[in-house]
Amino acid sequence: MWEQLLLPVLSLGGLSFIFGAGLSLASKKFEVETDPRIDAVREALPGANCGACGYPGCDGLAAAIVEGNASVNACPVGGSPVAEKVASIMGVETEASERMVARVICQGDCDRAIDKFKYQGIEDCAAASMLADGQKACSYGCLGLGTCERVCPFDAIHVNEKGIAEVDREKCTGCNKCVVACPKNVIELIPASSEVQVACNSQDKGKFVKAYCNVGCIGCRICVKACQFDAMTFNNNLAKIDYVKCTNCMVCAEKCPTKAIYADFMKKADQSA
Amino acid sequence: MTKKLRLFSFTGGIHPPDSKQLTENKEIEICKVPEVVTIPLQQHVGAPCEALVKIGDKVKLGQKIGQPKGFVSAPVHSSVSGVVKSIETVDLPNGGRASAIIIENDGEDRPDDSLKSEKELEDLSREELLNIVMEAGIVGMGGACFPTHVKLSPPENKKIELIILNGAECEPYLTSDHRLMIEHPEEIIYGMKVIMKILNVSQGYIAIEDNKPDAIKTMTDAVKDEKDIQVLSLRTRYPQGAEKQLIYTVTGRQVPSGGLPADIGVEVNNVCTAAAIARAVRLGQPLYQQIVTVSGGAVREPKNLLVRLGTSFRDVIDCCGGWTEEPAKIISGGPMMGTAQHTLDVPVTKETTGILLFTEKKAAQAEPSNCIRCARCVSVCPIHLLPLNISAQSLLSNYEEAERLHAMDCIECGCCSYICPASRPLLQSIKVAKKEITKARKQNAQAKQATESIKR
Repeated sequence: MWEQLLLPVLSLGGLSFIFGAGLSLASKKFEVETDPRIDAVREALPGANCGACGYPGCDGLAAAIVEGNASVNACPVGGSPVAEKVASIMGVETEASERMVARVICQGDCDRAIDKFKYQGIEDCAAASMLADGQKACSYGCLGLGTCERVCPFDAIHVNEKGIAEVDREKCTGCNKCVVACPKNVIELIPASSEVQVACNSQDKGKFVKAYCNVGCIGCRICVKACQFDAMTFNNNLAKIDYVKCTNCMVCAEKCPTKAIYADFMKKADQSA
Repeated sequence: MTKKLRLFSFTGGIHPPDSKQLTENKEIEICKVPEVVTIPLQQHVGAPCEALVKIGDKVKLGQKIGQPKGFVSAPVHSSVSGVVKSIETVDLPNGGRASAIIIENDGEDRPDDSLKSEKELEDLSREELLNIVMEAGIVGMGGACFPTHVKLSPPENKKIELIILNGAECEPYLTSDHRLMIEHPEEIIYGMKVIMKILNVSQGYIAIEDNKPDAIKTMTDAVKDEKDIQVLSLRTRYPQGAEKQLIYTVTGRQVPSGGLPADIGVEVNNVCTAAAIARAVRLGQPLYQQIVTVSGGAVREPKNLLVRLGTSFRDVIDCCGGWTEEPAKIISGGPMMGTAQHTLDVPVTKETTGILLFTEKKAAQAEPSNCIRCARCVSVCPIHLLPLNISAQSLLSNYEEAERLHAMDCIECGCCSYICPASRPLLQSIKVAKKEITKARKQNAQAKQATESIKR
């Protein structure tokens, strides 16, 4: 009985010992040096593989960060918490990177902006904008057919009942996908702390803006004069805020005659209280 | 002699009700010349023109007012004599926008004689003829608007053996080519001879669909004494007048994917283009007028009109007595491939072959439902593509797969959308895919260039 068991146990045990020794020798001899920091950085990243950083997924970015090809705050989705973690792994200081969120810079919904024709066809902004720049009289505005909604991986942008896209700032990670997909270039990334935005994209002259939409920037430059912090610039018939200089004082939004500058006045009440 | 190609034709295609009876027996009338014309500086494929005149300048009829900036471009000419009022950006009938010269008509029609040549066709050299075609601003008038002088100067290594003049006019409603063939066959033949001389070709066909027996008869009579030119009668089938389909029907040769007709030794020109060439060479008249069919259910008096370029659609429709009921859809071009308009304040350009006004009933579209995989779109596609699959990939934004399915070979004839029993927007989605693929190709080329410049 014992002899019958002993032979297979010994022979199989011996074989496994030889293979084990071979494998361990091979792993020493053919070892590929990898930086352990790549795995650590990879762990620190969110792991959504969204590609917003421009690299093929989180693995790609981790390798790029360790090789020094990308900055430690290159992940727009993770924001500053992730940047800090990555910086500590890499042993460098990170500048406090501001969380960015998407913002639709148009308020011309179906009550406020006019259409130049009735569009029949595929419910998609890219398809609609192929004919005469879309159905809106204003050729710069949000068409509201939801191309951004379909590309958002975080369910953070939706076309509201008035036919204009709106971003949920809590859910938005600033991954830039909607910005790229929008055929009208009417979505931009802004710092999450910003409470004031020029919510108009029209580069038409004031006369036309007035005819097309009643919340458009007509180029009166009252905001440029009103701003005490020199944060308002004016180019191509359109006001623009420099978010570094802006202090969210909301004076421009109060003065804007067409309310093309959007500000959350509730926030201001909170601040002063 | 007329040769009938009744049985031999391309495969696929459709036969929509052609509705040509509204205008096919009506002589070409001269449309009232408007007070103000709007001449866009881009009426062709290629680079836009540069304005040669300033506000306040006096211009003559046929004077060159836009100079092309590249080889693939064509000059534009004033269609009236008068004073330049302004230069501003206007809407075009193809849905785009371009800078345009607006001229106030003084009603005198003082002609500009700079293009006039004293020589006869026999004495003009190939280069001189090509130069006249270029200076006259002639473009492909079947609707594509490709500059004709570019088409008539193929690369040296490509020998053209055969010219086809396209008189198929397969789009429903349109009768402008039809009327031109009946009323001015001599101009078409003369233009054909110019083209044959420029390309040094000794064989030419004039291809006409067999729903125009009177045009076939007139053209056959006109070529009686020409041994090099033959009239062909083709089966009535849309899109018989599409370049690649026409070549296949006439010669049995197929244009390779991504290639040009010149690759297989054939050149196709529209009969209107030939007539425009004839007027340029014989009379020194640049391209400043166009035959436009005004038709459709809503127009009071359907007509074929000879319109000065730059006349607004509104003026052209007024010339036909306006409309009987408010049109729900106004189309520039034919109903299959034309472009819907959102305003009547667009000018007639070199590509405007028709203006169609449809009533609400005629323009109504059914709600699209799910694809039932009947493959009717596959059987009618004249290019033998799979429209249902390309469309499905496009709607999923999967443009790489659409490219693999040869979306770029689509000729946008619209047969698939016409035949689809589920009323799916097949062609529109394929057009979106084509646009995105072109965009991606451009980006890739730029990225490649950038990496190469870094390497250097």
